[in-house]
Amino acid sequence: MNPLFLELALVLLGITLLMIEAFSPKIPKKKLAFIALIGLAIVFSLTWIPLQPLSAESARFYTTDTIALFFKRFMLVTTMMTLLMSLDYIPVLERGIPSEKPESGIGEFFILPIFACASLMWLVSATSFIMLFVSLECMTVVLYVTISYLRKDPRALEAGTKYLILSALTTGFLVYGISWIFGVTGTMSITHLAAAIKLLPTTSLVSLFFGIGLILVAFCFKIAAFPFQFWLPDVYQGAPTPITAFLSIASKAAGFVVLIRFLEQLYLLPFLNKKIFALITLLAMLTLLFGNFAAMAQTNMKRLLAYSSIAHTGYLLMAVASLGISLALPALGFYFVAYLIMTALAFIVLIIVTETSGGDDIYRFQGLYQRSPLLAAAMTIAMASLAGLPLTAGFFGKFFIFQVTLQQGHYGLLGVGTLSVIAGIYYYLKVLRAIYWQQPAPEALPIVLSTRTTFLISTLIGLILILGIDPAPILMSLR
Amino acid sequence: MSPLLFLILLPLFALVFILLGAPARFTSLMATALNVLLGCFLFLHYDRIAAGWQYFQEIPLLPQLGLNFTLGADGLSLTMLLLTTLVSFTALWVTPRVEQYPALFYSCLLLISIGLVGAFCSLNTFFLYGFHEIALIPVFIMIGIWGSGDRQAAAWKATLYLGAGSFILLLGIIALYLAAPSNLRSFDLRVMTELSQHNISHPASWIYLLLLVGFGTLVSLFPFHSWAPSTYSSAPTPTAMLHAGVLKKFGLYGFIRLALPIFPIAVEKFSLLVLFLLVCNILYLGYVTIAQQRFDWTIAYSSVMHMGTIFLGLVAFNILSLSGAILLMFGHGLSVAALFALCGALRCRTQTLEYQKLGGLASRFPRLSFLVGCATMASLGLPGFANFAGEILIFFGATASIIINHGSLSFTIATIISIWGIVISAIYMLRAYRRIFFGTLPAHEDSTHWSDLSLFECAPILILLLLLLVVGIFPQAILSLVTTALR
Repeated sequence: MNPLFLELALVLLGITLLMIEAFSPKIPKKKLAFIALIGLAIVFSLTWIPLQPLSAESARFYTTDTIALFFKRFMLVTTMMTLLMSLDYIPVLERGIPSEKPESGIGEFFILPIFACASLMWLVSATSFIMLFVSLECMTVVLYVTISYLRKDPRALEAGTKYLILSALTTGFLVYGISWIFGVTGTMSITHLAAAIKLLPTTSLVSLFFGIGLILVAFCFKIAAFPFQFWLPDVYQGAPTPITAFLSIASKAAGFVVLIRFLEQLYLLPFLNKKIFALITLLAMLTLLFGNFAAMAQTNMKRLLAYSSIAHTGYLLMAVASLGISLALPALGFYFVAYLIMTALAFIVLIIVTETSGGDDIYRFQGLYQRSPLLAAAMTIAMASLAGLPLTAGFFGKFFIFQVTLQQGHYGLLGVGTLSVIAGIYYYLKVLRAIYWQQPAPEALPIVLSTRTTFLISTLIGLILILGIDPAPILMSLR
Repeated sequence: MSPLLFLILLPLFALVFILLGAPARFTSLMATALNVLLGCFLFLHYDRIAAGWQYFQEIPLLPQLGLNFTLGADGLSLTMLLLTTLVSFTALWVTPRVEQYPALFYSCLLLISIGLVGAFCSLNTFFLYGFHEIALIPVFIMIGIWGSGDRQAAAWKATLYLGAGSFILLLGIIALYLAAPSNLRSFDLRVMTELSQHNISHPASWIYLLLLVGFGTLVSLFPFHSWAPSTYSSAPTPTAMLHAGVLKKFGLYGFIRLALPIFPIAVEKFSLLVLFLLVCNILYLGYVTIAQQRFDWTIAYSSVMHMGTIFLGLVAFNILSLSGAILLMFGHGLSVAALFALCGALRCRTQTLEYQKLGGLASRFPRLSFLVGCATMASLGLPGFANFAGEILIFFGATASIIINHGSLSFTIATIISIWGIVISAIYMLRAYRRIFFGTLPAHEDSTHWSDLSLFECAPILILLLLLLVVGIFPQAILSLVTTALR
């Protein structure tokens, strides 16, 4: 199969669904979501068909290496999760969109993520700066629209505006950085960057560093590393929850993939790699400290998850800082899969609790065990996994990341990481305190779950526990 | 299939059934009762002549990284498994009626029990660590919902302290793993030990310190002890029994399994430090115990103090002292579980455990006072109970180690102070007994309704005490097994 077919299939799926949505308004919107889900699942299964080698022209900007394929699948699963979450989110959408007709604007909410997914799949395959830039922007455009989807809510508009302005600024940094690097080295290819830099005279190194710095700023914004994380809590809080999940999983993963592709090149340069990796180590430390310690004070669940997302960026940067170890990349990939499952689970529970309790503050979780033992168990396992407690997927993620960090000898980073883990135990257990220790509000009713949601939640719980005992299938697919 | 797998699966299935709606108390009691029988059977069935790891089973997970699910048991693990199953069973038995969330209560207890059983029969350090850590969240939930006193503070303190301690321990284990040459790396306990004994891997001695801090926190070694008393006194009775009786012993077990065989030189190098800490445990915490004004706090502090004596057995590091330490671990686990069970029974009746508000209860509760008396005597090391046999062996071993070290002053002082520790524990235990059961009872409003323990309530405690007596009179039952493991 031609490798380019995967993304094309997705774009076609998206366009077809848009046409159906526009020309036959009688079709219930939920059906659109199911069609989209089936389409995504088909594309997901297609990724296992052996791929043809790329033509010489495509190979200059596109790659189908293990990382690309792994993260293409990752993006597909994330999008499916987002759509599944959106199904439970329909009531909020109906209230949040001002319109005459019922159900208007809901169809697009299921279709737009498909386009974002396609651009993310291009992005993880990108090996030229042009391709990288274009696909990154494609994804961001979808996010501009979906973040401020609930137009009645001023917070959603605020979030959308913040994301738009800061993202545009980052784009500026990225393009400017790319042009400096192109100006110095004369190449747009990321894979040949190291070779091109080696040929440079020492006089042009300052301009090169300037370009690299600008690009790193842009990437740090995408992955929300300190000090470029200030946009994140407000945007997370204002965005529709499924989009928050998409943003915190898929957008972050994409940022990391391009960061790794870029850093792998810089790693080949003996005069540069020590400095760059010292910088990454420093960023990891600051991100860990900021994310974890700011999360401790949060009282709103969405903001808590936002700061926890920054904290996880810190852990992932720990793996990036140890890229020289062969296990680092599998560790990173595994962490992402674990992060996908546990974050998705937490967000699904959050959506249901918000819908049935009228808010997303942590105190709305009070007495959740009494209201729905399954949701309480799901949240317990999600939090245990996010905190990195053993026999959950999150623990294996942290375990491998700390192993490679220790192997690399970043002792300072290990110390900061240890502090962060302890802080993490505190703020994740704060949610459990509300769920178990405290009584539900008198007006809170038992929560009844639909069969689909029950099944989804149980599957995710099972996956967390299975990956917590046997990480081999995921870990080995990246070795 | 290894019978050890059943030890883990039985409570796990019980847990699943409870979550699906089976009667919580009955199901969990059945599962743990079966586990006790299985544990006893495995203990007796162990081939003492062949020795070594038996009931072995390995499920490969990541063989490239030396990370597999490996089950196996030797004399030491079987002793700990016997302790775990017995204490789990009795802890469930003595549980009073749970008013709020009964299913959650029993599921949490079963989870703690599963974690402990798993930890004691795992041969892979990853699962050894992972299983013991399962207890963290159930304990947090249990203390917060069903605890007494300042329970929320106690739950946070225990969870954060133990979380931090275990994470440091995890770093130690990973460092130990990385110390081996890259093609031989394994998390397997046996491989780790062999590699260092054959001088193939040379783990640095700072790794020993990581393990010491990690295991030390779990064992409540001074100065990492401050979580323990508040946890035990606030936790609901069965949780306190499992935590003080068994979970704490995991730290010692891990120390014997990992730190001692892999770091013989570091153990000697840092023996002065450890001796100082354990003397603090005995002297400082011993005197703190004397000052306690409540029965639960007295037991909680005393259990912290006794860890000092066990640690002396570990650092003296000869077969006599080590087998004594293991015997004391077993004896202390049973006796402290019995004491916490009785303490819970007393609290149910009098609603208070303050010495000032108690007194003269021997005539009201003859059975209870007899059982508390026996458990008290066992815990302060009266000859005839297992604790005595353990302590005496530790002191013999420590004395032997003084002679081996050519009259080492530090060992001499530590041993003398540890023996003095028996006097300290006699003081606080006997005073506690006198103030609760003799003298006169201050006026209580509802004291007319107080009834003694029924025979059904006595039974689990009698089981624990009888076993203490049997092992005390015939310590060879355990020692013969333990010594095969230590050689």
